[in-house]
Amino acid sequence: MTATAIVETGTRALPPLGPNRKLKLPTQAERTLANGLTVIAVRRPAVPLVELRLWMPFGRSHLARGAMLAQTILAGTQTHTATEIAAELQKVGGGLSAGVDPDRLMLSGAGLVTGLDRMLELLADVLTGATYPGDWVQTERDRLVDRIQVAQSQPAHLARTALLKRVYGRHPYATQTPDPDQVRAVRPAALRKLHAERVHPAGAVLVLVGDVQPDRALDAAEQALGGWRGDGHVAELPPAPPLEPGPLLLVDRPGSVQSSLRIALPAVPRTHPDHAALQLANLVFGGYFSSRWVENIREDKGYTYGPHSMVEHSVAGSVLVAAAEVATEVTAPALLETTYELGRLASLPVRPEELEQARQYALGTLQLGMSTQSGLASLTSAYAGNGLRLDFLAEHAARLAKATVADVAEAGARYLSPAKAVVVVLGDADRIAGPLSALTPVRTESA
Amino acid sequence: MPTRRARIPATKYPVERFTLDNGLRVVLTPDRSAPVIGVAVVYDVGIRSEPEGRTGFAHLFEHLMFQGSENLEKLAHFRHVQGAGGTFNGSTHLDYTDYYETLPANALERALFLEADRMRGPRLTEENLRNQVDVVKEEIRVNVLNRPYGGFPWLTLPPVMFDTFPNAHDGYGSFDDLESATVADAADFFRRYYASGNAVLAVSGDIDVAEATALIERHFGDVPARPAPARPDFTEPDLSAERRTSYTDKLAPLPAIAGAWRVPDPVTDFAGYLPYVVLAEVLTDGDASRLVERLVQRDRTVTSLGGYLGFMGDPYDVRDPTALLLQAHLPPGGDVDKVLRTLDEELDRLATDGLTEGELARTQARMATHLLRDTDAVLGRALRMAVLEQQRGEPGLLNELPRLVGQVTEEQVRAAAATLRPERRASIEVIPGGAK
Repeated sequence: MTATAIVETGTRALPPLGPNRKLKLPTQAERTLANGLTVIAVRRPAVPLVELRLWMPFGRSHLARGAMLAQTILAGTQTHTATEIAAELQKVGGGLSAGVDPDRLMLSGAGLVTGLDRMLELLADVLTGATYPGDWVQTERDRLVDRIQVAQSQPAHLARTALLKRVYGRHPYATQTPDPDQVRAVRPAALRKLHAERVHPAGAVLVLVGDVQPDRALDAAEQALGGWRGDGHVAELPPAPPLEPGPLLLVDRPGSVQSSLRIALPAVPRTHPDHAALQLANLVFGGYFSSRWVENIREDKGYTYGPHSMVEHSVAGSVLVAAAEVATEVTAPALLETTYELGRLASLPVRPEELEQARQYALGTLQLGMSTQSGLASLTSAYAGNGLRLDFLAEHAARLAKATVADVAEAGARYLSPAKAVVVVLGDADRIAGPLSALTPVRTESA
Repeated sequence: MPTRRARIPATKYPVERFTLDNGLRVVLTPDRSAPVIGVAVVYDVGIRSEPEGRTGFAHLFEHLMFQGSENLEKLAHFRHVQGAGGTFNGSTHLDYTDYYETLPANALERALFLEADRMRGPRLTEENLRNQVDVVKEEIRVNVLNRPYGGFPWLTLPPVMFDTFPNAHDGYGSFDDLESATVADAADFFRRYYASGNAVLAVSGDIDVAEATALIERHFGDVPARPAPARPDFTEPDLSAERRTSYTDKLAPLPAIAGAWRVPDPVTDFAGYLPYVVLAEVLTDGDASRLVERLVQRDRTVTSLGGYLGFMGDPYDVRDPTALLLQAHLPPGGDVDKVLRTLDEELDRLATDGLTEGELARTQARMATHLLRDTDAVLGRALRMAVLEQQRGEPGLLNELPRLVGQVTEEQVRAAAATLRPERRASIEVIPGGAK
């Protein structure tokens, strides 16, 4: 029996969508404290929790020291050991973690809303009194070295590292993972110094989202963090350099059963007049599942599992990155199809129904992103880190709503042209260098 | 500093349940706080049910369910969900397979139409099957073959712990089995397991119950009635002697170890099972937890550590037999035997000396936060409720979990720890082959 016997010819019509609901911004409040800390509180009372994000500008900091500072900022204060901090946070269902990237140092967490005051107290204790105890620093140094070693065995990490270096050249964004040797050289005194210089309220933004009355949350933050002092230096990042197309960079990873394909293309910040049209052009290309790229290299040809492309925004610039892990034997054909899809988008207008589909997706996912406390907190914080507020969502939605086929075609030509692409492939050079060279000039390096 | 115990809050999501004439069970949980909905369809079939010689088939079939159906061409499902502003996915577990969407609330009827259409019959064609076999092979390469620690321990530990094919085999599948799968296999699998009587539909979020009920009747009411197949008994006896094995991962730079112990039946003995869920957190949740304090900070014998219930980390969505797992990554040259000995020692200490002041309460508070956070997303609610309905007939249990976790006593946690003896343990060691 054949399975197709199960299916009869269909005649049912797809139901239409109901009317769109208007984007509704949540209640919020904002205050800049005397010490320069900006606090934004947003009400979303769905569950009795509160989400916390503290964004501190951290550009141009020493790579290894910055990574170690994030790793040990919660390792003890003048009044609490690391274990006590963790236990005190747990008591109110809370937790804090720290992370760093070339733009910012971020402390984030969540907990029961009844524990907000306590979480803020502990946060203040860490910000004003982190001690970087020697034994903890030593343990965490070894752990970070191990983690870097594991990361360096991951193809996705190696491909990312090679792409950043190729795209950013001498810019501070070029290297984002420290060498193990640099990490091993970090001493507690250097961390205390870095903390004193860079962990300060000026320019920092604290976001609180949850089952809170925004004004009351601002008061609580002011009460806890008003005493945080210090105005160490602020480092401006130079603008990211423009992309410089050139030969495909092939990074050799002998024995790979897949190749990691990475393509960087120019992009613009969220506030740029082209941004909405670029976002839509990117969706049509490869920014969501129903894109041309996914339909081509996954659903038609079966070359890959999860290809995707996205516009990445950083303080010093934006870039569009397309990424796919493809079977070694189809590396060159996958690149060919990718270049074809980019070229098609850069030289032909999109079909109106493709644009409508991408537009609905962009508008719908704005709604979805705002529908949880954690999503709203991350969005608010990411916006604030780039000088924007939530009301920008409404502006952006309006731009998405009115972008035309011509706007998207123009964005496609301006930003997605394969001639502007920087291409990096990580894989088994013995097997893929030849086929790739048939398509484009190739320069090979070892991983 | 006072050791006041945080009050464990609960959610009060309303729950409406009904069953259509064709046997489809439905759970509705309205919440008008944001204009979004979550839609989940869960079929009571997973990795444990796939036939011998067809490893990876349940997951491959999940892919085929997206390849078109009675009224929908290939690619149409994706386009209609995303073109309505939504996102979608599916996943295959040991005991169930789920399909789901999160959408703006105005797309409710469209989502129901899409799910009903593939419940009536997916387009199982040779071309789609070959295409998705290729895609699944790339998925396995990304997640297992081309990366260090791929499949550790969820694919590598079950064959140590279990003896029968359903419990022990590789749920991602061998390339040989995947390549030899046929359309007839798929049709047979669909007929047997994708019956209306074997499925649960859950809808959460910004819905009107009466309107949603009418729409569900309209779209699912004429899905042909087919009863659920009898679920086989997957029980296996507990281990009576320690089992230990190892393998070399040629990509891994550092050693790793995972150990697991069988736990009580999560469905028929939930009260006996829950203390193990709490125990895993007491042992490993954060810097104040016992094993992190001991192994990471004091002994420095491991660099990271995790503890959880169920091979896929799904404590409330799994049936018997399942396990409590502990896994750790070690520094270069790390001594796996020493780590296992320390685990035994700490479990003994917990069983003998009990917990410290406030240790249990703070762990429970943290667990409550995690539960609440997961249910804040409409889809998290729909998926969890669908599985709780399917496996227990009790979707409202989701509202009760924070409280039930909070009621687990110190005595129960100690008793649970006392059962995690070396002679009941299965463990697997990753020997690094990729050191630089």
